[in-house]
Amino acid sequence: MTTRHDTAASPVKGGAAPGRPPGGNTSAEADHKRRAKLSRRWQRDMRWSPYAFVSPFFLLFLAFGLFPLIYTGWASLHTVELTAPTDMKWTGFDNYTRIFDDEFFWNAAKNTLWIGIISTVPQLLMAMGLAHILNYKLRGSTFYRVVMLAPYATSIAAASLVFVLLFGRDYGMINWALDLVGLDKIDWQNGSWASKFAVSTIVIWRWTGYNALIYLAAMQAIPQDLYESAALDGASRWRQFIHVTLPSLRPTILFTVVVSTIGASQVFGEPLLFDANKGASGGSQHQFQTLGLYLYEQGWVNQHLGRASAIAWAMFLILIVIGIINAVISRRLRASS
Amino acid sequence: MRAARRGSARRVVVMAAIASLGAGLLAGCADDGNDEDSSSSGDSSGKTTITLGLFGTMGFKEAGLYDEYEKLNPDINIEENVTERNENYYPALVNHLTTNSGLQDVQAIEVGNIAEVVATQADKFEDMSKAAGVQKGNWLDWKWQQATTKDGATIGLGTDIGPMAICYRKDLFEKAGLPTDRDEVSKMWAGDWNKFIEAGEKYKKGAGKDTYFMDSPGGLINAILSSEKEKFYDASGKVIYKTNPAVKDAFDLTAEAAEKGLVQSQTQFQPAWDQTISNSLFATVACPPWMLGTIKAKSQPESAGKWDVAQAPKSGNWGGTFLGVPKGGKHVKEAQKLITWLTAPEQQAKLFSKMGSFPSAPAAYKLPQVTGGKNDMTGDAPIGELFAKAAEQIPTQVIGPKDQIVQQGLTDNGVILVTQGKSAKDAWNNAVKTIDNNLEK
Repeated sequence: MTTRHDTAASPVKGGAAPGRPPGGNTSAEADHKRRAKLSRRWQRDMRWSPYAFVSPFFLLFLAFGLFPLIYTGWASLHTVELTAPTDMKWTGFDNYTRIFDDEFFWNAAKNTLWIGIISTVPQLLMAMGLAHILNYKLRGSTFYRVVMLAPYATSIAAASLVFVLLFGRDYGMINWALDLVGLDKIDWQNGSWASKFAVSTIVIWRWTGYNALIYLAAMQAIPQDLYESAALDGASRWRQFIHVTLPSLRPTILFTVVVSTIGASQVFGEPLLFDANKGASGGSQHQFQTLGLYLYEQGWVNQHLGRASAIAWAMFLILIVIGIINAVISRRLRASS
Repeated sequence: MRAARRGSARRVVVMAAIASLGAGLLAGCADDGNDEDSSSSGDSSGKTTITLGLFGTMGFKEAGLYDEYEKLNPDINIEENVTERNENYYPALVNHLTTNSGLQDVQAIEVGNIAEVVATQADKFEDMSKAAGVQKGNWLDWKWQQATTKDGATIGLGTDIGPMAICYRKDLFEKAGLPTDRDEVSKMWAGDWNKFIEAGEKYKKGAGKDTYFMDSPGGLINAILSSEKEKFYDASGKVIYKTNPAVKDAFDLTAEAAEKGLVQSQTQFQPAWDQTISNSLFATVACPPWMLGTIKAKSQPESAGKWDVAQAPKSGNWGGTFLGVPKGGKHVKEAQKLITWLTAPEQQAKLFSKMGSFPSAPAAYKLPQVTGGKNDMTGDAPIGELFAKAAEQIPTQVIGPKDQIVQQGLTDNGVILVTQGKSAKDAWNNAVKTIDNNLEK
């Protein structure tokens, strides 16, 4: 506190302190020294303060991001049970090598991939189309935008429970509609593809509006004159979309693809709640168990923390590989344009 | 000018919104702080606050037991903290026990978890057998033993149990040409689950395709397994589910019932299963007293009085809870006193009359609240006496720490598949693969 008082007060004092001893030289020297000291302090302040200002984030990250990450890595090299987390038995890379012939892990990986594809591709295409429509002058456009964001703001739990009812085998509305049209009922929870499709539907419903808004924002940043000159050249609406809108959206599309891919690799709440009574097994034959769900099942249902940690790290490594592939593709794209 | 004023007006609104949000956040924090204070000290009002961590609807509060205890002990204040599902409650409890923080003064433990808690967390709980006023003889012996370690420490006092009977629809039985009197029905399948399946076949012949004999394969296999002395673990604690003939027999018998179309292709407690109760689509269900509460909640009003209770082929237990006092709690002595009172026969009987939770203290079976027990769904049937008869025949079963995982595998990754057209053998293999993977550390 006192030092701060010094630094804050001295410049003023230096300028007009009344009780200063006479003898210009020495005082000027002292003044100079003081100024140099101050300036050093100021420099130090300039240099280090920013770190102090950003430190809260990094301290929190350290406590809640990095530490768990490293601890998980450490736990993955042991046999640990949730009932006694301090009682660790060293097993080396056993938990990792066993993943190679853990058919449940690879089944979950395959499910994650398929659910990711079935949910991400239609979701982004539909988002693009919706954004394009919303980009026209519409009456009540704010209303539509809010409506599109509503699913995103709904809790996964509430949404999934409603979808479970819609997709019910015996009393669900969708099967009722199929029955009206004369089609056979579908067992949405137990069919291998039917269940993946149903889970993907929840993901699509939730994220389409969000992506549409991102596309819409990017579309509105495209200068109007590009469209005007294209129109002068006789380009139709469709050609304008292909040749003006899409190229301008390239970085945005890449962003949404990356974000959706990461999201798809971590799908958890939807499959967990899609068959809530069967816990985390993702259906009676694990037909819609994703990696996130398998991790949860091993860690929290079966209480094998070591195995669950190894699965978490394996997922992390898979994500890094996906990230690298993404970076390579985006660099290629940038180079080609 | 107008634009500027509108701008400033908007700014005022935004500032107000931010301020109110901030105030809300602060208020939220402040509230938490207050709660913490009142539960930790509670000295300001001169009262000691005992907290209970419970799951589901245990009903102490609803039955007025807290009020009664607070009246008897004016310096005590009771608060409960309820998690709806045990699947969410139990992992949190284990976490709190292993880190020794966040524990309530009293913690409930479900019977499915008691073996694991006894095996791994016993040193975190007070030994209730040494608490003042606790008499071992008050409880059914097997209930007491379930919460007792090899060294003789009892970590929890039993509240309710679930003596299993078979609840059946009198009207559907009559239509199918089966007897409707509860003694005749009990006699029809007494002592043998195979006879139960035979009755099911008779039912199917008479009733046709509109209704099923039983609610679900999970309900059936659970009922059969519960009536065995040994199921997934032997007395030494070894996992024997794969080699125990009783387990394989239960699985095969349930698979047979599924193949013959005697059980619905449903999983218990899912919304679709609830609907089949409401639509009266099945005639029997394995039924501890609390199941009558579920049936009542899901039924149409016109189903009232159409059910009756017969003895199961062999009696078993399904469900029940214990109350334990963690050493890490703040008011250990007071908490012990409270649960000793809550689990005494008189209070258990009151809980049964209000909530239908069946007492684990045989002394309660002779109290008027139990002997006069009735339920809307079963009309005049003396359910207190019927379930008491079942309770006295429950075998002392060996339970193990991972019973739930094994049983869930046999049910949700096993017999349910047979109702979907898989062979019994494929279903068994699928179940065993899942269970073994889940048990492996």
